[in-house]
Amino acid sequence: MKVSIIIMPKKAVLDPQGKTVQSALEHMGYDGVQDVRVGKYLEIEVKDGDPETVRARLDEAAHRFLSNPVIEDYRIEIG
Amino acid sequence: MMRFAILQFPASNCDQDCVHAIRVLGHQADYLWHKEESLGAVDAVIVPGGFSYGDYLRCGAIARFSPVMQAVRRFADGGGLVLGICNGFQILCEAGLLPGALIRNRSLQFRCEHIFLKTENRTTPFTVNIPEGRVLRLPIAHGEGCYFAEPETLAALEQNHRILWRYCNASGERTEGANPNGSLGNIAGICNERGNVAGLMPHPERACEPILGSDDGRLIFESVLSALNAGRAAA
Amino acid sequence: MTEPAITPELVAKHNLTPEEYAKILEILGREPSFTELGIFSVMWSEHCSYKNTKPLLRTFPTQSPKVLVGAGEENAGILDIGDGLGVAFKMESHNHPSAVEPFQGAATGVGGILRDIFTMGARPIAALDSLRFGEITNPEVRRLFSGVVGGIAHYGNCFGIPTVAGEVYFDRTFEGNPLVNVFCLGVLRHEQIARGQACGVGNPVFYVGPATGRDGLAGAAFASQDLTEESAQQQRGAVQVGDPFMEKLVCEACLELLATGAVAGIQDMGAAGLTCSTCETAGRAGTGIEIELTRVPQRAPDMTPYEIMLSESQERMLIIVHKGREEEVKRIFDKWDLPWSEIGFVTDTGHMVVKNHGQVVADIPARLIADESPVCEREAREPAYLREVRGFRLDAVPETTDALADLKALLAWPTIASKNWVYRQYDHMVRNGSTVCPGSDAAVIRVKADSVPALPADAPQPAPFADKFLAITSDCNAAHVYLDPYEGSKGAVAEAARNLVCSGAVPLGVTDNLNFGNPHNPELFWQLREAVRGLADGCRAFDTPVTGGNCSLYNQNPKGPIDPVPTVAMVGLIEKPEHITTQWFKDEGDAIILLGEPVDGEDPLLGLGGSAWLQVRHGRKTGIPPRCDLEQAGILHTTLLGLIRAGGIKSAHDCSEGGLAVCVAESCMSRLEARHSSRLIGAQVDLTPEPAPGPANGGEPTDKSPAAPAGNNALPSVRSDALLFGEGQNRVVVSCAELDAVKIVERARLMGVPARRIGTVGGEALRMKAGGLELSAPVAELHDIWWNSLGRAMA
Repeated sequence: MKVSIIIMPKKAVLDPQGKTVQSALEHMGYDGVQDVRVGKYLEIEVKDGDPETVRARLDEAAHRFLSNPVIEDYRIEIG
Repeated sequence: MMRFAILQFPASNCDQDCVHAIRVLGHQADYLWHKEESLGAVDAVIVPGGFSYGDYLRCGAIARFSPVMQAVRRFADGGGLVLGICNGFQILCEAGLLPGALIRNRSLQFRCEHIFLKTENRTTPFTVNIPEGRVLRLPIAHGEGCYFAEPETLAALEQNHRILWRYCNASGERTEGANPNGSLGNIAGICNERGNVAGLMPHPERACEPILGSDDGRLIFESVLSALNAGRAAA
Repeated sequence: MTEPAITPELVAKHNLTPEEYAKILEILGREPSFTELGIFSVMWSEHCSYKNTKPLLRTFPTQSPKVLVGAGEENAGILDIGDGLGVAFKMESHNHPSAVEPFQGAATGVGGILRDIFTMGARPIAALDSLRFGEITNPEVRRLFSGVVGGIAHYGNCFGIPTVAGEVYFDRTFEGNPLVNVFCLGVLRHEQIARGQACGVGNPVFYVGPATGRDGLAGAAFASQDLTEESAQQQRGAVQVGDPFMEKLVCEACLELLATGAVAGIQDMGAAGLTCSTCETAGRAGTGIEIELTRVPQRAPDMTPYEIMLSESQERMLIIVHKGREEEVKRIFDKWDLPWSEIGFVTDTGHMVVKNHGQVVADIPARLIADESPVCEREAREPAYLREVRGFRLDAVPETTDALADLKALLAWPTIASKNWVYRQYDHMVRNGSTVCPGSDAAVIRVKADSVPALPADAPQPAPFADKFLAITSDCNAAHVYLDPYEGSKGAVAEAARNLVCSGAVPLGVTDNLNFGNPHNPELFWQLREAVRGLADGCRAFDTPVTGGNCSLYNQNPKGPIDPVPTVAMVGLIEKPEHITTQWFKDEGDAIILLGEPVDGEDPLLGLGGSAWLQVRHGRKTGIPPRCDLEQAGILHTTLLGLIRAGGIKSAHDCSEGGLAVCVAESCMSRLEARHSSRLIGAQVDLTPEPAPGPANGGEPTDKSPAAPAGNNALPSVRSDALLFGEGQNRVVVSCAELDAVKIVERARLMGVPARRIGTVGGEALRMKAGGLELSAPVAELHDIWWNSLGRAMA
């Protein structure tokens, strides 16, 4: 099954990449952009199994390794 | 003669520079491969700069799971001196041996240049030989050196004098323009609570010989040597 | 799997002419298979075969007693630097890939040149890059510029190579066709030189590095076509992606393996990947090679033999191992967690045989495909535009009235402005060798004991050597080359040599990168032929053999060809560390001396033809460019080196774009202490030709010396703007202690170099006088313009 993990910089952390993209969008005439934050998106293919077990395992991996809790939040989407 | 272990991760690239600097200072430095599970008989550990694991995922995120890092953690727990430089600093933060994190430079660009550093606490094993009021001139070379920590962590660092170095201008003033990466509070280097693990983004190992334009970096390594000597004398 | 039938259309699609196809039939004695057609197509592309340039390249001087590995023998040339050490260096272009995808194009260019160096057994210790872009006011150009610099930084920084020097020019002819020339230098002991030869019949052939994908299919052929909008679109999917992390591991593992002595031959898989590496290693050794494609690690599913053979996936090496020592290879590559596979063996058939599932898909005489590659004698015709160029007279442009405004405009011109926006993004200090960092005439790199690849711990360790210092630079003023390919190219060599000499080095050798337009156009081929003649004469004059290089033709976009750019990268050796000299003024009160004629006494437009001043202030790129007197250049270089070695020369700065005004201004403000801390110092300079009392303390103490050149006093009517902004060759501005000034001027003149005290260092302002023109400005103000204009343009 396919699992997606989306990792985003925490609100409190400055995201210069997001700021730069935002101002570029404005320069290009895409009005009304209020905020941009740039994160990471991981696509993980795992052996089919109990979704809750899979989630628990990947939650641990995301917390320990895939994200840095000091600066990032993440969410896991299964399917 | 003191013996330093210089860790080698895949794509460490300042490992050789650290070995060279320690040897220039007249001491022994040996490479230690990341797959090793023991440090052997070493007096201090340097986690060098580079792009361990290509900086993939996050700087230092993969390296910190190397077997050698378990040994480093035990060494630090026993009071051993550990210095992380640049990517080494990032690895120590990822490993939780130091608080906070190093994120993308505010300019979004890699920065390589000399900067000035003000030493904030001259009583640690990493700073004891730095004369009062002396502004250090050291090179930086990083894309992700912006120090970030939660407000509580920052307050604790301040309160316990664990901020060792801050970016400053030539006269030692902490200014916005002197900050090359957007670090909170111009923080360039910190230490742990016990004071035996430190990390900094600038490269003291690139500034140990006058021919390279500065030998201010020696002061940091000489501090470590003084602390080790004092430790030996006390033992 | 059925392969397409060979039709004339298919042959044409492979950029092979009917004559070339006939030759293939002759070599094979039969019709080629589809895979074979692909192999011939890339091997006979200009990029791999130099078919258009081979006859010209043969005219380069390539010999000197210092040459250990000469041009064309291997992946890179190697020169002796004494104490049993050698330097391997080479320059290569990645122009077309960078036009299509600037970040990855430039990154993989760096990756390729690094592999060329460590393939020789040398440890890479320095890189430089020579870049050309369109006008920076164009947003598309800024995207390319930013992408290319980012790509070089990404790859070089991660690998851990200091990028210590380079050049960046902006001119509209490069719009859509940027030039990205990357150079790498490595060091090794003589006995560590590795060969790209498939030696020893029966020896196993290893493939090392990441799996093969469909990346950059036929990139070599791509680099040998005109760049059109269509081709850029078509090729976008084909651009290779670089992995500097992988390359670093491959480099360390290869150097570790080479030290064991288990390697019989080694070659990187660059352009034309597996094809080129197998053909060339067998061809050089006079052996054959047989490989089985199912053993080649593959990333993409269902790859055809054609695709596997032509893939340009990066960071891959072909290693021929002495039979019986396979375990050492496996041990070392496993240590570094690198994929490897034994894919074949060396044969005595002289054929390169490729099998897929045991079935032969290609069988080609290895040596013939290289030796019998077509040679094209191209037609050359002097370009029509030169008539107008030669007709240009200076009266067409009024003499300037505001020298300060001119100077400021020049300092702000992206080609002249400080390149700190670029080099601050490159790690230029890693490896503890950067003795003079970017911002002076040449970079100076230290070679120390651990710069050289290590020997195994149990091997007898060689005698230690004292640190050595190398100076490196790259140069080419394309406007001068465009206006007179022969003189301009001589000038490029002379400027490179002058930059090295200013840094205290003796020039050793050259690698060149010929960036030109379509050779089928007789006018463009003429540019190429004349430029090669100029480079060859220049290299002969300075005894700097060409040890290798690269040709990149077909550089044009729908609007026309690029200005011709024969980039010269030169390496020099500094005898003693105390000879290392930088370009910036050092101390208040020091004397400023001009070595060389202020202007060309016989006129070639007094240095303003093709000058930055003419381009910036009058929007014209025309006029006869400065002549380059190679004999005079040699005398200047010998003299300056002698003065530096005698001590007393505190700074030396080559005079090039923007003339003496820019040269002096840069001497006042190019010393960088640290971030936002440049050390500025003023100067008072008088360039007026008459032996008149100068300003405050810039007298003419030795003007009556009998050795004084006649030139100076004979030019009372010279245009003052030519004195300030003319770009005549063979000029250097030096500074020294006041006390030494008279002696230095006398010694220079005695050696036959025109020399004159032109001023004094000090104060906070730059004041310059030249005949009727005067300018004065705080150095801080000039510095702000020069230092920040590129960054502001990119913000």
